[in-house]
Amino acid sequence: MSAKPFLRIDNIRKRFGPIIASDGVTLEIDEGEIHALLGENGAGKSVLMSMICGMVRPDEGEIVYRGQSVRFNSPREAIRQRIGMVHQHFMLVPNLTVAENYILGQGSALKVINDMDKVHAKIRELSDHYALDVRPDALIEDLSVGEQQRVEILKVLFHGIDLLILDEPTAVLTPQETDRLLALMGELVKDGKTVVFISHKLDEVMRVSNRISVMRDGRVVHTVNVAETDARALARMMVGRDVGMELPRSPAAPGRIVLSVENLTCRSETGLPAVRGVSLDVRAGEIVGIAGVSGNGQTELSLALSGLLPVDAGRVVLNGTDITGLEPARINASGFSHIPEDRHKHGIVLSLSLSENTILQRYDQPPFAARGMLNRRAIGEHTRDLIKRFRVKSRDEDQRIGDLSGGNQQKLVVARELARNPDFILVNQLARGIDIGAMEFVMEEMLKQRDSGRAILLISTELEELFAICDRILVMCHGEILGELPPDRSRLDELGLLMAGKTADHLEQPALAG
Amino acid sequence: MDDMMFLTFLATLVGAAWRLATPLIFASIGEVFSERAGVLNIGLEGTMLVGAFCGFATAFATGSILLGLLAGVGGGMLFGLVFAFFTITIKADQIVVGAALNLLGMGLTAFVFRTYYVSTGKGIEIAQPIHIPWLSDLPFLGEAFFRQNLIVYSTILVAILATLVLYRTSFGLTLRAVGEHPKAVDVAGRNVAAYRYAAVMVGTGLAGLGGAFLTLGHSNQFVEGITSGRGFIALAVVVFARWSPIGAFFVSLLFGLFYALQLMLQAQASIVVPYQVLQALPYLMTIVTLVVVRGKGAAPSKLGQPYEMR
Repeated sequence: MSAKPFLRIDNIRKRFGPIIASDGVTLEIDEGEIHALLGENGAGKSVLMSMICGMVRPDEGEIVYRGQSVRFNSPREAIRQRIGMVHQHFMLVPNLTVAENYILGQGSALKVINDMDKVHAKIRELSDHYALDVRPDALIEDLSVGEQQRVEILKVLFHGIDLLILDEPTAVLTPQETDRLLALMGELVKDGKTVVFISHKLDEVMRVSNRISVMRDGRVVHTVNVAETDARALARMMVGRDVGMELPRSPAAPGRIVLSVENLTCRSETGLPAVRGVSLDVRAGEIVGIAGVSGNGQTELSLALSGLLPVDAGRVVLNGTDITGLEPARINASGFSHIPEDRHKHGIVLSLSLSENTILQRYDQPPFAARGMLNRRAIGEHTRDLIKRFRVKSRDEDQRIGDLSGGNQQKLVVARELARNPDFILVNQLARGIDIGAMEFVMEEMLKQRDSGRAILLISTELEELFAICDRILVMCHGEILGELPPDRSRLDELGLLMAGKTADHLEQPALAG
Repeated sequence: MDDMMFLTFLATLVGAAWRLATPLIFASIGEVFSERAGVLNIGLEGTMLVGAFCGFATAFATGSILLGLLAGVGGGMLFGLVFAFFTITIKADQIVVGAALNLLGMGLTAFVFRTYYVSTGKGIEIAQPIHIPWLSDLPFLGEAFFRQNLIVYSTILVAILATLVLYRTSFGLTLRAVGEHPKAVDVAGRNVAAYRYAAVMVGTGLAGLGGAFLTLGHSNQFVEGITSGRGFIALAVVVFARWSPIGAFFVSLLFGLFYALQLMLQAQASIVVPYQVLQALPYLMTIVTLVVVRGKGAAPSKLGQPYEMR
């Protein structure tokens, strides 16, 4: 048994409909190590771990745990085998206390709860041992996100585990809380436990793990010892993909400043600092890119610019007019177009037709409306025109937009936003969820818009997208702009390091951690 | 009115309030269970009617009030099983199914009653008040609290039992979690659907009991639509009571007071208000309550939403 790995995942496959989440993953975890699973969003990390802990059943492949082939049908069975997972979305019932959450589903349903003192004592003991500061009688809904996470970790320990899986544990934490969590992982290993830790943050991974496996497109592409690698190599493994498209384009001819952002600061919806003093200018006739690992403030930046999130400090100036804190409708009407990251939330109304979606912002303006009545003919004509020009695959303009594929929905959003003749276009994830053909088409369309003198800000986690059409690329990390690079693929390493939060001074030194 | 008369009036009022609140207490405590598990059963009115009818028919045939009450509970639960099947297993919309069951309950009981019972014109022997020795002779308090029938007294037991089950058993704990974060319950290895079924059964069983009280402990006859909106008022009681069984008990008493007040005011010759206005009092108070007690603070967050398993 000693030579065998603690946990071995052998050629696991899993698909959800047309999406392949795991494409033959093979991975080995040793007993007593901290093993990091590194990769971009959608690389298949969470799904893989959900299969280990019994949340999701694999289609093919084998999981060998302590020398035995296992197949868990529920998280409960996995916990019985001493495997526990802390999910990104907590499994805590907000209207119950910490202790009540821990005993949920334990014992017989008819049991009278009369041993809470013992439960409380056990929680206090564990909490003291790991200095987690968890009060057993606290209500979950009164706790901060960081506290809830400690409660979740302690819950898994309470049930007794040897293998702990943490899914993006630091995504919701402040830097101080992150430090505390990373220290806790060390403590757990000292107590003989094994930790698998999912992340897309290079620096954290370098700090605590023994080994790192990099995932890309549903596969583990590399497993390396931390001692034998550095941030530069990891960045390359994470982002390095087949270089794709070369779009023909002329050099940019930047004109006047259209959008100017000064020292913009705002918090995320959960109240954590998200954008910290971002300043940038976008000129007419250029495409400025913002690169970065997701969750570094890009979402909040685009929401704040478009008026969907309150601005704490700083200014946004469009065409010389201050638009900070205006209502989204006013911002939209002043020459600002927004192609949002989450089109289902901010871009379209799934249950409405294509034509109703094309006039979402202009339903009350001529020619679409007159004397309080919609002009169906004008709306239909306009929509048919957009469908034709942007090759949106649909039955007709009255089809429900929810019935279209993601790519075609995106094409309609792009068509609508460009048809409003904006001066400035904010794009967050231009090509999300769309196929290569459609991607090339919308990118070419963006270049045409640039050449006709519009100012474009493209926020993306897809470096290819940025390299293909941007004239300069800013890198965002921890809510700040860390640097600017030309769209030159030979400087990919540098870009990767900036994305990981290593500024130019660090570049001079060799690997930081290890 | 002199002081003595006023005290007597008050004592009678309070006594009547408790009696009139009894069906509301059963139905609303039952609905607390249902809603705590995330199932909003607006079919309470129909369920209570079914309970009232089953109770009446059984007592009519057997002469036993106890069997009648059991039949009321059973009839309510059977009706609830239909609701549970459509909303939990089929995942149909709870409001639509609830509305349909209200109509079904009204139609079905009216149909069967007209077909088999209306011509008999006979009533049944109802549960008689039990005078608790010594206590029932107390001035004021005796009339108000100690001259009720057993079903009315049992509301206290139900309220206490409901509280113990909900807050002191593993079943109750899981039930409360199911309405708030069903996925957590699923992950903890409990069957969410089974708990919702159980919650609906408790809810409709108690609603059936509340209905049966109307025919077996209050009036001695079944009348079409005898519940006259009590099922809907019970829904309002649950909101006012912030989803707590003890709260439901006391809020029901408050509504019982409105019922009693309108009945007794009608009998006061000195008050010249059209009796229709007085009759509307409990319903008006329901609206006022729902306006005053706003906000969804205490509502189970998954109320009305089906749970999709992985």
